[in-house]
Amino acid sequence: MTQIHVKKQFIPWLLLAPSLIYLIVFMGLPIIGTAQLAFQSDEGWLGNFKMITSTKDFQNAVLNTLLLAAICIPIQLALSIFLAILVNKKFKGYQTLLYIIASPLALSDITAALISYSIFASNGYLNRILLSINWIERPIYFFGYMFKSREMLVIIITEIWRATPLVFVMILAGLQSINKEYLEAAEVFGFNSWQRLWKITLPLLKPAILSSLLIRTLFAFQLFGVVWLLAGRDITVLTGETYYWYVFMNNKNVASAYALIIAVLTFVVGWFYIRTIRSRYEEEGA
Amino acid sequence: MKIIYPLLFILIACFFLGPMFLAFVASITPASEFYDYSHIFPSRLTFEHINKLLFTLGGFRALIVSIEVALISIGISFALGIPAGYAIARYTFRGKDGVKLAMLFTRSLPLIVVAVSLVTVYMRLNLTDTALGVALAHAAMILPFVVIFTSSIFSSTFIEYEEAGMVFGLTRFGAFLRISLPLALPGLAASAIYGFIMSWNETFAASILSIQNRTLPAHILATAMASPDYFKYAMATVMAIPALIFIFIIRKYLISIWGISLK
Repeated sequence: MTQIHVKKQFIPWLLLAPSLIYLIVFMGLPIIGTAQLAFQSDEGWLGNFKMITSTKDFQNAVLNTLLLAAICIPIQLALSIFLAILVNKKFKGYQTLLYIIASPLALSDITAALISYSIFASNGYLNRILLSINWIERPIYFFGYMFKSREMLVIIITEIWRATPLVFVMILAGLQSINKEYLEAAEVFGFNSWQRLWKITLPLLKPAILSSLLIRTLFAFQLFGVVWLLAGRDITVLTGETYYWYVFMNNKNVASAYALIIAVLTFVVGWFYIRTIRSRYEEEGA
Repeated sequence: MKIIYPLLFILIACFFLGPMFLAFVASITPASEFYDYSHIFPSRLTFEHINKLLFTLGGFRALIVSIEVALISIGISFALGIPAGYAIARYTFRGKDGVKLAMLFTRSLPLIVVAVSLVTVYMRLNLTDTALGVALAHAAMILPFVVIFTSSIFSSTFIEYEEAGMVFGLTRFGAFLRISLPLALPGLAASAIYGFIMSWNETFAASILSIQNRTLPAHILATAMASPDYFKYAMATVMAIPALIFIFIIRKYLISIWGISLK
């Protein structure tokens, strides 16, 4: 790619400056603000964290966040790889299928939660269908404090439905960038389609898989609307606790402590993400 | 073997579109039929719930606030982001990879980590509970995406045209304005629409930063669980339909919008 080499190094920085300044003012400084608030309490600078970590809610929030990520992400990934390979077969109507799979990308987390509620509510479609074919005698309850594990199940299904398209689109982009000649060469050497998948496609897809895994993990810490609307605080997650402490307990310091924990987790995963991307830059540059 | 593709097509389409369709039907089901288990689909349809949600329960006002917020935040993020994207695409300079990685990293930072501390800043600036306040936060969310996406649009093809234009006497800025910008317009429009969806769907920061002037998702988050079921589904419909239309318009760009984080 040709690029204009300018001696005046300041022009690009001049063009970048407004964006960089804006991000420092509205992202960088507020994160420092979050840290300041988080370390502010009557019981010393770690007071908020001591209080939080001693509660069951916090431990549950961490556990639930990790559990949801550990269950949802592998399923989303497997499903996405399958769907991406299917769409990439370019059968008749594959483009339409691509758009259909991508459509939940348009939905907000709260919209997804409400849509899911229409199916799993006690008077929702699932119960109506099961009742009408006489599989059950009275409605199954999926929501409420008594049915935490069922709430968890509904959240997992909703998350898979809502977020698989994102992983799918990333995997498909990776798949489309694979040079077809490798696959043709493999075919010439007598690889069957299964061998081609395991020996050629998946190894070449590894960067895309890695990126989408890391992005998904980042988003797992941001999981909010689905859990909050479907389960409230029956199932606590880090974001939900941030919201709860700010809105309901009116305590911006504890809320900030939770937000800071999310920020630190994001930094750690983000660092791995940036590192994998950078190593790819260097590979390509070499 | 031929039959397997149509079968999979139908199965997958039902999985992804079915729930949206069902929730939509639920939103136009008469209230009286909600606890009538004798049939699955309603005997007649009504737009009463959506109407009530919009015009008596404050939904329409929230919708207007949402649009206001989205437009302001797109305006800010594009005004700032296009020059930055152009700089990354066209110039070689030290620290460029660092800037790109910083943008990718900022894009993955959720507004959750800044929302509460922004409130304290906004109180001093009198921005609490204003559309502008929420929009400023949303712009910070959209901006890194705009920078990354516009830089990839500008770096794709047009440099030779631009050089040709400069040979014929255009200044660098003139060449950008008359050649690159018009050529990049479809891609820019697609990313503007995507930015709109990002803002339209953002719930957390909007809920924290506004009290009375809530955006639609913030309004829904605050009221949904206390509302009767039919209003919940009406909310889902009102939220989903504009976003689905928009995502349909930019469907050809979705792969590149999300594939970019791989480059």
